[in-house]
Amino acid sequence: MDQIIDQFFNFKIMLEAWPIMWRGLMMTLLICAAVIPLGLIGGLLVALAGTSSTTWFRWLVIVYIDLFRAIPPLVLLILIYSGLPFAGIRLSPFTAVCLAFFLNNSAYFGEVYRAGIESIGEGQSEAARSTGLTQIQTMAYVVLPQAVRNVLPDLISNTIEVVKLTSLASVVALPELLYSSDMARSLTYNASPIVMAALLYLIILLPAVRALTRFEQKLAAQ
Amino acid sequence: MSVPAIIKIIDLHKSFGNLEVLKGIDVTLGESELVFILGPSGSGKSTLLRCCNRLEQAQRGQILFDGTDILKPDTEINAIRQQIGMVFQSFNLYPHLSVLGNICLALRKVKKFSKKQAREIAFHQLERVGLVDKSDNFPSELSGGQQQRVAIARALALDPKVMLFDEPTSALDPELVGDVLGVMKDLKNSGMTMLVVSHEMRFARSAADRIIFMDGGNIVEEGPPEQMFDNPQHQRTRSFLQQVGY
Ligand SMILES: Nc1ncnc2c1ncn2[C@@H]1O[C@H](COP(=O)(O)OP(=O)(O)O)[C@@H](O)[C@H]1O
Ligand SMILES: [Mg+2]
Repeated sequence: MDQIIDQFFNFKIMLEAWPIMWRGLMMTLLICAAVIPLGLIGGLLVALAGTSSTTWFRWLVIVYIDLFRAIPPLVLLILIYSGLPFAGIRLSPFTAVCLAFFLNNSAYFGEVYRAGIESIGEGQSEAARSTGLTQIQTMAYVVLPQAVRNVLPDLISNTIEVVKLTSLASVVALPELLYSSDMARSLTYNASPIVMAALLYLIILLPAVRALTRFEQKLAAQ
Repeated sequence: MSVPAIIKIIDLHKSFGNLEVLKGIDVTLGESELVFILGPSGSGKSTLLRCCNRLEQAQRGQILFDGTDILKPDTEINAIRQQIGMVFQSFNLYPHLSVLGNICLALRKVKKFSKKQAREIAFHQLERVGLVDKSDNFPSELSGGQQQRVAIARALALDPKVMLFDEPTSALDPELVGDVLGVMKDLKNSGMTMLVVSHEMRFARSAADRIIFMDGGNIVEEGPPEQMFDNPQHQRTRSFLQQVGY
């Protein structure tokens, strides 16, 4: 028992590792601050592109969505970070992470928005257009507000997934939370920093997961 | 009739794929006229109405609105649409906006009125349809009849020259139909030009200036209500009126 505590919940080691862990946590939050808006906005653009009246363009959007939802994000990241240099394109770890997440997230979020837009009946945009609103105004003021409300739980749960996936950035040596904790583990010969990282993820995500569940229950009750 | 035409539809053809739905329609709608369109389901009534503000794109013919052919691709359709109000069978109010928000949206974004001006116009129109006290309610809190009256107010707020009604009372419980027809009657009395698709025969007889009977994408016959109801010329008109129990 003492050995377990010593190896996994060693307070002294945790304290010692804290500066590294703190920097890792900040990097994770920085990645989130970059890739979540990128994904939300990119997804919206993808979904809007999907409403185009040009058939071949719509197909292109479908191919994009399917492709980047099918390719494992880890493979995508390594392809961008370690593959592209062979084509003469060398990206910093942070840029590579942003690009990989953008491609992956815009496809996922795009699919969510698309479902939301499709859930709004044709009559809504017809009513709006009949009053002289342009297509863009109709989308912005009539369709999207309703569409986003309809898929808000999916948007939130997608965002939670994105936060978890930021740990992938450790494979390109970006010192985010997981990478930092593993570094601290190898420095201290102790697993406590990893446990600490897990706890920090929980502190970030548990309230979000709880809020989502309550939100979904509230929607179901309506 | 020598009143100036607001809408003049000339030889209008519309197909969905291989299905020809309008097979050469001619209609003239004079100022302050209320023209009623009758006809069996699938005869093309909705399609005809929807061509008038280009919710459907006709393939051939002309629709002159105040002299402008709205079917020409270079016609500024959004400018025309503000002047052609449309009321739908299923109301199509925006559920995420209050009654006031529903009416103000186009006033603000299309007509570029200030918030204050838009509210004033909205309240004026709500007064007209008798729903001032519902301005802050959401559509889901209103009865069907109230929702349809808000939809009418929303269209009227843009000060249109003509109003299109596509079965405005078909989705309503019978006891709520009267309120909506009352609003339409007031509108007629105030001189609005109206093109109405509806099965409210009694209303047609009392309010319409002219009745058009459509079947299979053609106009079979048209005339004043007395003639159409009491002395229809065509067998198809007679059997339709019989079917609907009139
Ligand atoms: N968007 C559409 N696509 C294909 N066919 C349509 C479409 N809208 C209407 N139709 C067809 O056109 C015909 C006329 O429809 P409509 O104008 O709605 O008739 P009505 O309003 O008189 O009942 C019907 O056969 C209908 O199935
Ligand atoms: Mg119809």
